[in-house]
Amino acid sequence: MSAHTFILNGKPVSVDVEDDVRLLWVLRDVLGVTGPKYGCGLGVCQACTSHINGKAFNPCSVPVSAIQPTDEITTIEGLPATVGKDLHPMQEAWLEYDVAQCGYCQPGQIMAAVAKVRQARAAGHEIGDADFDEIRNICRCGTYFRIREAITAGAKNF
Amino acid sequence: MGAQGAAPQGDDESGRGVGRRRFLGYVLAGPTLVVAAQLGEEVLAPTEAQAAIPSLPEPADILDLTDLLTTAALPTSGLISIQLNTDGTASFALPRAEVGQGVTTSTAMLIAEELDIPLAQVKITLADARPELLFNQLTGASNTTVSTYTPIRVAAATARQRLLAAAAAQFGVPASTLTTAAGVVSSPSGQSATYGSLAVAAASQVTLQVGVALKAQSDFQVIGTAQNRIDALDIVTGRKQFAMDLSVPNALPTMVCRPPTVNGTPLSVQNLAAVKAMPGVTDVVTIATGVAVRAATFGQCIDAVRALQVTWAPGTEDNSSDATVQQELKAAELPLVVPPLNLLAQTVEATFTFAFASNSALEPNCAIADVRPGRAEVWAAVKAPIVAQGAIAAKLGLLPSAVTVHVVQGGGSFGRKLFFDAALEAAEISQLMGKPVKLMWHRTDEFRQGRTHPMSTSHVRATHALGQVLTFEQRHTSVATDFGHGLGEVITALVADLPVGDIGFSETIFELSQQTPYNFGVTTQLLSEVDKGFNTGSMRGIYSPNVRCAQELIVDRLAAGVGQDPYQFRRQTLKDPRAVAVLDKVAQLGDWGRTMAPGTAQGIALHPEYHSVAAMLVEIDCTPATTGRQIPDAYTGPRVTKVVCAVDAGLAVNPLGLQAQMMGGIMDGIAVALTSGMHLDNGVFQEGSWDNYFYTRQWNTPPDLQIVVMPPTSGTPGGAGELAVGAAMAAVACAYARATGTMPTSFPINHAAPLSFTPLPTTPPIPQSPVDGLPRAY
Ligand code: FES
Ligand code: FES
Repeated sequence: MSAHTFILNGKPVSVDVEDDVRLLWVLRDVLGVTGPKYGCGLGVCQACTSHINGKAFNPCSVPVSAIQPTDEITTIEGLPATVGKDLHPMQEAWLEYDVAQCGYCQPGQIMAAVAKVRQARAAGHEIGDADFDEIRNICRCGTYFRIREAITAGAKNF
Repeated sequence: MGAQGAAPQGDDESGRGVGRRRFLGYVLAGPTLVVAAQLGEEVLAPTEAQAAIPSLPEPADILDLTDLLTTAALPTSGLISIQLNTDGTASFALPRAEVGQGVTTSTAMLIAEELDIPLAQVKITLADARPELLFNQLTGASNTTVSTYTPIRVAAATARQRLLAAAAAQFGVPASTLTTAAGVVSSPSGQSATYGSLAVAAASQVTLQVGVALKAQSDFQVIGTAQNRIDALDIVTGRKQFAMDLSVPNALPTMVCRPPTVNGTPLSVQNLAAVKAMPGVTDVVTIATGVAVRAATFGQCIDAVRALQVTWAPGTEDNSSDATVQQELKAAELPLVVPPLNLLAQTVEATFTFAFASNSALEPNCAIADVRPGRAEVWAAVKAPIVAQGAIAAKLGLLPSAVTVHVVQGGGSFGRKLFFDAALEAAEISQLMGKPVKLMWHRTDEFRQGRTHPMSTSHVRATHALGQVLTFEQRHTSVATDFGHGLGEVITALVADLPVGDIGFSETIFELSQQTPYNFGVTTQLLSEVDKGFNTGSMRGIYSPNVRCAQELIVDRLAAGVGQDPYQFRRQTLKDPRAVAVLDKVAQLGDWGRTMAPGTAQGIALHPEYHSVAAMLVEIDCTPATTGRQIPDAYTGPRVTKVVCAVDAGLAVNPLGLQAQMMGGIMDGIAVALTSGMHLDNGVFQEGSWDNYFYTRQWNTPPDLQIVVMPPTSGTPGGAGELAVGAAMAAVACAYARATGTMPTSFPINHAAPLSFTPLPTTPPIPQSPVDGLPRAY
């Protein structure tokens, strides 16, 4: 066991846990932050997608020891605070398009969507069909089309 | 009193419901107003058949599976109740499961409608297992809205009537002068009272039976309007809690080391002490299905499961592979009656094969169990909680009354959560360890040991002469579907009353759920089943998607045989005008028959079920540029570029929710037609990850999707959860046949190709989590 510190949703946290435990379990099982979901533990389904220093990543695929004390981890719970509002524009778009069905994949979908919009902009374009086709997040309820609609709408507001 | 003096009864009561039927509601004793109604309603009217060459009505035309569940709901003594709270909210514990299909939202809408209360003031929870509800607590066969539509409205209308009476007493005016809106009772002179302020005055100290009328459809203000999911905000903020998100004291993460082949069993563990000593691990016990470990984190459970050295007894299917199962199916096929070579008619014939498919949701099987001496408490997303309660009690040696089953919202179901495999396992583990456990299946276990939709074949032979179809025979042969989840008990209890003669249980379900929507002369559809060694279940439909896909491909061939356009041919032979209407709608909106580039094509198909009908027009792109798309760890293949869907669900309570169900079903239909199947090799399903099992992903999502909800046709809601899958699968298959010039006979169409992935090892049974998350960040 060793101590690991990092910044979680704007606040410093410290946990005592073995180095190789993946961050997803540190978040869910140790810290009780359950927005990021387990769907595979293999870096495939993207249900756990959260942000590290503003970039989308899979906490199921990162040992806690790889997280630095200065790293800012943002889960769905902390997303609104990144824009200083009750809801991030992407969450509002998700509500507007009534995207969710069971909802299990949706925290990961929203975190991926925000990062994907930023990634497209960094590459010099607004998000479009080719970018949507790169999103790997599984939605077993099949909400993919509304996800595309919501991202298009949400991207206009941030 | 003489007959002449008798007051007119029922039909001309004053106020709402003049000239309409009255229903029986209950006011229950309580500190605030509690109203109730009997769950269940009458069987819906039979569908009329209008014939070109008339086919005798098939059993499914008369009474389908959803009727059966609704009929089964009738004799129950249990009531469902709504409580009015002093804060003005109405609470209702729904005796059904919410797994993403939107029943909590549509239920809240029914209550808001009859009670005249804002939707946001209706609080829906899921009821714990209630054995007194008998068959009334089973979520399946797209049945929820059908069977609860009237009873829930009756309860809500009863509440409104009591609130009106309480306000009338308070205001000193007749109730008939009062109106209700948005949770407030108002009088013409301007007096008003909120429901919350009347909740105590409207309460009763004894239970009363009262007659109530329901709003006329023309007065609906909520039902039939598009409403967002009531849990949408909780979902997008990450606050919605699934079973694994609950914090039950001391329920530590728990996983099971599972056998290398389907249903293998543990014989011995070689390194028990070493694994018990691993970091975080608290307990290791052998259970019926494997070896369970409990640890501080799921990550440490994964480590322990991978470290366990277990000797396994063989499974139930160690010598089975795709090819051997296919042979079993072939041998079990029931004979066709009409000879293939016919001097008077031409024959169209084909046999289609459908691979095993996984019905796993994104949320894996999971449950929390806390078993103590003499009692047990379980939290899980289960659609048949009463059956689960009984089975868990039997397993633990407890009385059912000592087992509490809390129904938690589920992260998808698709048939999987009709079963309670995880709840049963969690209870067994908790009892053996003597501690609370939070059990989770690994994704790889989900594919390899979880339930599958069984492999099946469908042999169709049809004959036609002089432009008309004379016979249509279909023989569906399937690996056995497990119905041990409560639906079985419904059928067994009612089977004697059904118009299907003396046939078996699965055959009954088949007859009740399968229809041929066309007038094809002498029509027979029969099922035979083999091999009970697999863990199976339905998957957004039991037989329909495969049966429908086979049918519609043959319908296209028949159309070609009689020299007609596929759309026109369908519309001329359809039995039901509602089916014609949805077909016309998609043909018109989707510009049926437009010129398509080589390698691309349209397909059209429809599917009726559970008193609803959906039609699909799809466009597919099978050009090499598309099928050759390179995406890492993906199967790309042909792409469905456009889907136009029209759905008639009788009365859509929530059109936005109905569209969502259609959208999901379309993604499933695309998957089972083109990409997602399981390969069985010597008792091992080769797929072990979402990157092996190719459920639809964004790169195969149609970029153009239109879903039209037809105006109400029947006045009562039909089923919708499974409806779109069959129509979409069939339309995609028909489009693929047209685009490539070859009718596919094996599904999904990529199934026969060499595996496009390297299968994960079977020992250890689950892979380690990767460590490359940071370099992959974007
Ligand atoms: S759980 Fe992290 S990618 Fe699937
Ligand atoms: S909404 Fe259920 S998995 Fe996406």
